[in-house]
Amino acid sequence: MNWDLFPQFLATGLLTGGIYSLIALGLVLIYKSSRVFNFAQGHLLMVGAFTTWWFSENLGWNVWLAFAVAIGVSALIGLLVERVALRPLIGQPILATVMMTLALAQTLQGAAIIVFGAYQRSLPALFPIQPLVLGDVRLKLNLALAFALAMLGFVVFVFFFRFTRAGLAMRAAAEDHQLAQSVGLSVPRIFGMAWAIASVVATMCGVLLANISGVELNLSIIALKAFPAVLFGGLESVPGAIVGGLTVGVIESLVGGLPQDPALRALHLGDIAPYIFMLIVLWFRPDGLFGLKRIERI
Amino acid sequence: MALRLAGDFDTSYAHDMAIIRNRGQWGMTIAFLIGLFALPFFADGHVIGTLNLIGISIIAVIGLNILLGYTGQISLGQAAFMAVGAYSAAVLVKAGVSFWLALPISGLVAGLVGLLFGLPSLRIKGFYLAMATLSAQMIIPWFFRNVRTDIFGGMPGLTMQPPRLGEIVFNSQATMYFPIMLTVVVCVIAAKNIARTRLGRALIAIRDNDLAAEVLGIAQFSHKLRAFFLSALYAGLAGALWAMYARTINPDQFSLLNSVWYLGMVIVGGMGSALGPILGAAFVRVLEEVTVQLAPVLSKLFPQLEAGLLAALGPITFGIALMLFLVFEPRGLAHRWELIKAAWRLRPFAH
Repeated sequence: MNWDLFPQFLATGLLTGGIYSLIALGLVLIYKSSRVFNFAQGHLLMVGAFTTWWFSENLGWNVWLAFAVAIGVSALIGLLVERVALRPLIGQPILATVMMTLALAQTLQGAAIIVFGAYQRSLPALFPIQPLVLGDVRLKLNLALAFALAMLGFVVFVFFFRFTRAGLAMRAAAEDHQLAQSVGLSVPRIFGMAWAIASVVATMCGVLLANISGVELNLSIIALKAFPAVLFGGLESVPGAIVGGLTVGVIESLVGGLPQDPALRALHLGDIAPYIFMLIVLWFRPDGLFGLKRIERI
Repeated sequence: MALRLAGDFDTSYAHDMAIIRNRGQWGMTIAFLIGLFALPFFADGHVIGTLNLIGISIIAVIGLNILLGYTGQISLGQAAFMAVGAYSAAVLVKAGVSFWLALPISGLVAGLVGLLFGLPSLRIKGFYLAMATLSAQMIIPWFFRNVRTDIFGGMPGLTMQPPRLGEIVFNSQATMYFPIMLTVVVCVIAAKNIARTRLGRALIAIRDNDLAAEVLGIAQFSHKLRAFFLSALYAGLAGALWAMYARTINPDQFSLLNSVWYLGMVIVGGMGSALGPILGAAFVRVLEEVTVQLAPVLSKLFPQLEAGLLAALGPITFGIALMLFLVFEPRGLAHRWELIKAAWRLRPFAH
């Protein structure tokens, strides 16, 4: 163990965790409103990053403009996905929706290869590339700014859910579909909106990540790390997504970074720590920190 | 089984339980088995290779069907349990054990590992259990990649000597066809009969309503664990055969993607039926083969498309096929086949 580096790994973990929590937010949004767990979130993220790349590289637009347009495109993709793939499955058992999002992930993967090509691309830098030094801790400035942007996104969503009509409607639908419908809310439209917003959030994550590691098909794999985050935070909870994401980021960074013994380091424990953490969470507290406990009656 | 053949009456208890019900069906079954095992003497190596792959998939999918179709537990870890089987077979063969002995042992080892990852089903079910098996899918290939690389070969993996039986060396598609198809036949018969026993009926009761099943005196946890064991056992057998088929195994051959494909095969074939896994595995593998053949033609027709067309067509056809099945035929090909059979038996009347 090398405790001198503890603050460094803690800070890095928190910053990566910020990205995980943004991915987790997308998952929570969809689960909360439609009880669908979106295994394709990572692929939406990847497609969003590629779309931004396409606009900025092929059409030569400014990268921020490309980002903005890609957000619009991804909202449309989200609406389309909900209408075509998920709407016919309303009322079907959970397995059908799980399989549908997995099938969707495959389709998006294939479509991305056909449209954008299976190459690694790079985005023009959104943020200046230089280290940010705080005392002993050295951070990547672009990662820190991505974290700040992710947290800003959270604040926006908290306000959205608390004060806007659309946000309140989504919370009502999450509470009870039939009650929401009986007070005149269109539940299918709310599902569509949830998917559109989740897809937008995914694109934001995708671009933030692409800024650090480049645009590539493997971006979708990062979303797998958000699954433990969502389960730890609770599937229905927006604050849970933040807490879970940060926790998973810190665990991954500390477990991967702290051990100094080369035999231990060769195991790449950091890769697996989030999933072992997920098993522990499932074993002791399957509903997560802020999730709803379900009581069943015959 | 609602519709019996004309003139087919249950005159004894044995006949009531029979799967093959009259001489015509016996004839067809025997003819099919003879045809199945005579095939490598006529067909070319490529067709046999595809059939071998289908056979291995069928075994893995039958196992998944026991867990998903009969017990109603979602597992995203079938490929990982296959990895356990494949690695145990490779390690045992390396240690000098005969492959024919290693095959059942690796099935058992995979079954025990499956039992371990089935433990969370004590408290959780449905989607949460899917997440627990997802972590199995992440942890097991990581284990083979990073732990004890002197035994498991790490990233490059292990190479297995082809098994022998006397003078015969099983190193070509045609020779490997026999052990694979023999295992498939045994597995299909076993699965069909498991579904009809007390255990199978208990599993179906748990799927339909777990609390009601518990009230009826079915110990939920132990039955779920048995389903996990059986499912992983089948996966282990499939994995050991895969080690023989692929010769070299490495952790990347058993990714989450493969598990998703096996789930897709269960859905396409039809959950909770004996025929489903066979139809599903065959359909998806044939579809894959068609896209492999089609990709060069398409890339000639549309040269402006990127080079990764082959890599793209596989996932996209699988994804779209699966989506269409989920929306339009959620009960799978096996259900459609039942409908066709019923219509044929009722002919010329519609109902």
